[in-house]
Amino acid sequence: MSKAGPPKSHPLFVRITHWINALAMILMIGSGWRIYNASPLFDFTFPREITLGGWLGGALQWHFAAMWLLVINGLVYLIYGLVTGHLRASLLPLSPRTVWADTVAALRLKLDHTTGRYNAVQKLLYLGVLALGVLVVLSGLAVWKPVQLWWLAALMGGYEGARLVHFFCMSGIVAFVIVHLALVFLVPATFLPMITGRAPAPKTNEANE
Amino acid sequence: MKRDKSLIAATLKDIAPDLKRIERRLFLRQSLSLGALTMLSGCDLGSGNAVQGALDAMSKWNDGVQAALFSQTRLAKTYAPSDITPNFPFNAFYTEAEAPVINGKTYKLQLSGKITDKKPWSIADLRTLPQESQITRLICVEGWSAIGHWGGVPLHVFLDRIGADKTAKYVGFKCADKYYSSIDMPTALHPQTILALDYADEPLPTPLGYPLRIRIPTKLGFKNPKFITEIFVTNDYPGGYWEDQGYNWFSGS
Repeated sequence: MSKAGPPKSHPLFVRITHWINALAMILMIGSGWRIYNASPLFDFTFPREITLGGWLGGALQWHFAAMWLLVINGLVYLIYGLVTGHLRASLLPLSPRTVWADTVAALRLKLDHTTGRYNAVQKLLYLGVLALGVLVVLSGLAVWKPVQLWWLAALMGGYEGARLVHFFCMSGIVAFVIVHLALVFLVPATFLPMITGRAPAPKTNEANE
Repeated sequence: MKRDKSLIAATLKDIAPDLKRIERRLFLRQSLSLGALTMLSGCDLGSGNAVQGALDAMSKWNDGVQAALFSQTRLAKTYAPSDITPNFPFNAFYTEAEAPVINGKTYKLQLSGKITDKKPWSIADLRTLPQESQITRLICVEGWSAIGHWGGVPLHVFLDRIGADKTAKYVGFKCADKYYSSIDMPTALHPQTILALDYADEPLPTPLGYPLRIRIPTKLGFKNPKFITEIFVTNDYPGGYWEDQGYNWFSGS
């Protein structure tokens, strides 16, 4: 994989799909919160200021428009990643032992970070958020079409079960995004490579330690 | 007259529909606050209508996708009597106290549009037609759902009886509370789409739409109009009370 020349981090297709996904996620989560507020599952609502759509009808329009962006972009990412072997190369192998070792190292703040090469904790989190991404779409389809896609709804305990699955997948994704953004703030050198595709110079890395 | 009364006794609930309309006007500003407008339009900030146009176009596209997903033979799940939601919720763009009270003895269902026999129907007439009952889940566009026991005339039976043009695109409904809506012909002919006269084996209570509503378990709740006074068949898109404000027209389940 590695060869001489300027160090590469993220391939172009990863960078493009990453930023389209970021936009789609903002639209889906912002409008989804407004839809949630119309009939809250739990004893709280999301502050209006951080929701999208203005009213339920507007939020639904955003949600059902942006879902195409999310799904098409997600499919492109997954298919391209599987066909090129990118997903396997960057996210596997993964074993409980390495996850444990890297978790301990991370908690002791002794974990190396190399842009474009993931430690076991990162692999686990990225695989986890990919799984949540698939599940949030499937549960969303079940909530949208509980009659036509009855088998999908049945897998999730029916319409009301699918609503809960959809909500908890969103919660998991939001938790991931918070950690993800916190780490980018902690290690700013990881930000530019997601745009340029070039790994940061080693000294930049040290400056951040 | 009704309006004056409600203004005097204006509670927050009374003005809820107006608030929703104002909310809609705030829609653009809210979009701006998220920066989403600029991201999507890619032009100057004055092009808010372009964004709304794109969203409307996507909603139309989703109408087509849902029509393609819809199967006339796939039935909505039916439930056991023990699953029925106690105190089936009232929901409308006004409060329960404002629900129209209709005299079922003098009531006549009017027919118009592409229908051969436009003779108005009384409730007694409708009860002479074959009746069917179902325990199904109503899913509200807001997200909540409730299981209820509905009985009445399958709409396809009624459309046959009145000589409706089943090649037409739309079946529309006008209601005593000024509500209106419309559905696609395939859904109108679905076996579980019924002109409901009964709830729990009794005539519909007023909050649930006495004397006549439509019950469509393959569509969201707002596509199940109550207090129906007129049914029409047409090829001209009739829209609906909420649909004209932005709710997706097909809104299938």
